[in-house]
Amino acid sequence: MPKDHGIGASPTRREDVRFLTGRGKYTDDIALHGQTYAVFARSQVANGVIKSIDTSEAEAMPGVLAVFTGEDFVDVGGNPAGWQINSRDGQPMKEPKRPVLAHGKVRHVGDAYAAVIAETEEQARDAAEAIVAEIDEEPAVVDMGKALADGAPLVHDEIGTNQCFDWGWIEDNRAATDEAIKNAPHVTTLELVNNRLVPNAMEPRASTADYDPGTGEYTLYTTSQNPHLTRLLISAFVLGIPENKLKVVAPDVGGGFGSKIYHYGEEALVLAAAKKIGRPVRWTASRSESFLTDAHGRDHVTKIELACEKDGTFIAFRTETMANVGAYLSNFSTATPTFLHGTLMAGNYAVPNVYVNVKAVFTNTAPVDAYRGAGRPEATYSLERVIDMAARELGIDPLEIRRKNFVQPDQFPFTSAAGLEYDTGNYGALVDKLEEMIDRDGFEARRKASEKNGKLRGLGVNTYIEACGIAPSNLVGVLGSRVGLYDAATVRVNATGNIAVMVGAHSHGQGHETAFPQVVADMLGIDENSVEIVHGDTSKIPFGMGTYGSRSLAVCGSAVVRATEKVINKGKKIAAHMLEASEADIEFTDGQFSVAGTDKSVGFGEVALKAYIPHDFPLEDLEPGLEETAFYDPANFTYPAGAYACEVEVDPETGKVTVCSFAAADDFGNVINPMIVEGQVHGGLAQGIGQALIEGTVYDENGQLLSGTYMDYAMPRADDFPMFKVDHSCQTPCTHNPLGVKGCGEAGAIGSPPAIVNGVIDALQRGGIDVTHIDMPLSPGRVWQAINGAQ
Amino acid sequence: MYNFDLIRPSTLEEAVKALGQDEAQALGGGQTLIPTLKQRLAMPETLVSLSGIDAIKGVCVHDDGRLSIGGGTTHATVAREAAAHYPGLAALAASIGDPAVRARGTIGGSLANNDPSACYPAAALGSGATIVTNAREIAADDYFQGMFTTALDDGEIITEVRFPVPEAAAYQKFEQPASRFALVGVFVARYADGVRVAVTGASEEGVFRWSEAEAALSSNFAADALKDLSVPADGMIGDLHGTPDYRAHLVKVLTGRAVAAAS
Repeated sequence: MPKDHGIGASPTRREDVRFLTGRGKYTDDIALHGQTYAVFARSQVANGVIKSIDTSEAEAMPGVLAVFTGEDFVDVGGNPAGWQINSRDGQPMKEPKRPVLAHGKVRHVGDAYAAVIAETEEQARDAAEAIVAEIDEEPAVVDMGKALADGAPLVHDEIGTNQCFDWGWIEDNRAATDEAIKNAPHVTTLELVNNRLVPNAMEPRASTADYDPGTGEYTLYTTSQNPHLTRLLISAFVLGIPENKLKVVAPDVGGGFGSKIYHYGEEALVLAAAKKIGRPVRWTASRSESFLTDAHGRDHVTKIELACEKDGTFIAFRTETMANVGAYLSNFSTATPTFLHGTLMAGNYAVPNVYVNVKAVFTNTAPVDAYRGAGRPEATYSLERVIDMAARELGIDPLEIRRKNFVQPDQFPFTSAAGLEYDTGNYGALVDKLEEMIDRDGFEARRKASEKNGKLRGLGVNTYIEACGIAPSNLVGVLGSRVGLYDAATVRVNATGNIAVMVGAHSHGQGHETAFPQVVADMLGIDENSVEIVHGDTSKIPFGMGTYGSRSLAVCGSAVVRATEKVINKGKKIAAHMLEASEADIEFTDGQFSVAGTDKSVGFGEVALKAYIPHDFPLEDLEPGLEETAFYDPANFTYPAGAYACEVEVDPETGKVTVCSFAAADDFGNVINPMIVEGQVHGGLAQGIGQALIEGTVYDENGQLLSGTYMDYAMPRADDFPMFKVDHSCQTPCTHNPLGVKGCGEAGAIGSPPAIVNGVIDALQRGGIDVTHIDMPLSPGRVWQAINGAQ
Repeated sequence: MYNFDLIRPSTLEEAVKALGQDEAQALGGGQTLIPTLKQRLAMPETLVSLSGIDAIKGVCVHDDGRLSIGGGTTHATVAREAAAHYPGLAALAASIGDPAVRARGTIGGSLANNDPSACYPAAALGSGATIVTNAREIAADDYFQGMFTTALDDGEIITEVRFPVPEAAAYQKFEQPASRFALVGVFVARYADGVRVAVTGASEEGVFRWSEAEAALSSNFAADALKDLSVPADGMIGDLHGTPDYRAHLVKVLTGRAVAAAS
């Protein structure tokens, strides 16, 4: 019977009451007294030399309070990369400065070179249009291959190359992998593109800054997934505002998908402007600005080779990837194509040889960084496409070839050929569950029914593994991370027994306000409605690292557990005092502190009250109050895994693909709120299927974004999907965090693209059309082109 | 958006007068113009909203049997009120955009804008409709003059569109995945004196009639009648969503499907 409260129950999301009734409070809803508005002047060209910027007309326009250009920020720092990658030759990556406003050169369409502050947004916009910038357009580099060619125009002249790094993983395995591939009985080779995506959070980025000359304190309200990191970057690297004088508040945030992890120049600009004019300054991105300037996702071009025995036993994977980082290094842009991608290139498989080469490339396009899945979707897509192709070439069932090569349950903990230690898993059980869900035996009948209607039906399958719960600081430090990736929580028990939990994670759709109280309430034996979550305000919460990489529950949730354990231990001390017993004899069960072996007990609420009315405390031994903080740094990544399948129909006359069914069997370890988990998988599937079928970011050769509005950038909608079948009953709990949880936020986006593409190829092949690969998105035009080319 | 003056007259005469001013522009349902203004891509001094003119709204059947639709009638109203008289047209109206678009967008606005991917031009041309304005009557064959270009003079207002009701008709739209406008849309209508086939979304010249298909279907109203025909890719739109070849191919596929749906 499903639980009705605590861990494992599915209470509805309490935050939805305000979201669904229009009472959410987003950055753009915050109206400060005397607030002014910022509008940016942005480059219309992808690569250009700024000859002059004349702001005089703009400054004289009605309502204008200040105009800034790159010149105003030459003496402040730049927005840094958070992760240093070293090239195969040992040289550190090239790391050009990313200024608050472009200075000297503009490097992508949308690159801001000036900003106007005015009384109203319309006035600021009018004045921004009146800025006269003389910018000499130069040839742009958009295509990564061309960017790496000799004589290519340079995005950053000062580094003398468009290559940020040339990374090998694991370099010591290179020779053995080359040798294994050379001698293998069968090698399947596939070149593929992992298409660039625009994140398209429902809420555009927005920032409002306030400066108090009375105290010298700044407050920044901003759309952030991790306010402490934003504060750290602004304080330590960009503006030098002391951390103790800067409060960063990320209130309700309408989706991030990675794009709001990073610090952006607009945040620094409004802070500097607020101080200069002595009034609050607000900026809210238009949707067009979001398209042009939010950090985009994916954008890899990969050649992958799979060497195997004739019976399908894997011998080696070798990949060469070009990863687009865009015009500037966004904060985690260098980690995404390397340690979140290359380390996953062994997949779920006990393959002995893996070698990954990634060249990161600067281009005159928007910066590219982590987007839901971040590196792991790229790894999974490459692996699962080439495995499917090999299975077809060898005449082996696509699920069987995977089963044959899985790491087996008795092999855990298992060190993969790509260097990660998988703590636990049971991949065969996931495939068994998947087969239960999809009625494979009935496929042929369904295929024939489709055929009767002139449609080609295919079955696409794949498995995946991801590294989540990001991340063990000691490991990532060795690998080049410049930050720690622990998290933190404070559990404050109020005198009347209810609780505020201040967390470092940030909820922008994940349901933390519902799920975290389930954990605390379960541990304390109290009603979860008496537990409140506080997040997003650096002046209220402990220094945590925010939400991304499916880390909130695995890392911050573990900190919540540790802090709650400390509360229980403190409660035992108080109870021992109240019950005149030894602390060692106090047991805590179901909300009651009791003396072992007696009927003497005291309730959690009484202990809480006593903590704040300590009239008779022995103060040398017992502090008043009941509030504890814990920092939790994970011992390892967590490793969710899954097996996915879909059936698709292809209309061979139009190329249109319809997803008829989609089944996802995931192992997330233990599950706190199954309903929220299911919702997270649904959202991930929607994004992954969107990537596979319709989402495509297209720049022309001059660096103009052709897919810059919803008229041309296709977002998936509910009617693009079937009802999803999801299951998370295969659970191998994480072995190293106290909840045994693994994370579920990215799984759907990681696991679904290869299933869809494999399904479409299967449909075409069964229909007698010899197409072996189509690059995403598999839009109707592309699929028709492939069919047409094959016939 | 830039500042503008808004006038909302309640009679056609007032609207015509208001549109006589410099830099005045008519505003129908605003489903194209408002987004254009928001992006600061247009700078009218004055917008003359036609939404207050009741005389140009509504659906009725003329004495001669033609279906008359007021220029200010929304897609939602057409979808609802034309269904009994001209189901093919009502179904087309019901397939435009989403409920919000259908609740605001008007037939007159769509025809005046003549977006090369809009649905209504296919119905008007495919039905041999008459576009009635405050000044004159224009046959659909003379009205559409290329992408975003029509026979309308400045300040001329579409008051009514008269559709001869066919024996059978159907519209087939293949949606562009992002905008869900017609990547290609084909409207086929069979009348006693012949078949009309109008294609939207495909051509750089905007909506057009596929005369070879009309001839073939007039003698045999079956998808089979099209099998030896093909549409040249020359002059077809090529963009992110489809090449000229693809669009030319879709014209034939969708014409066949429209015939099957109408039969």
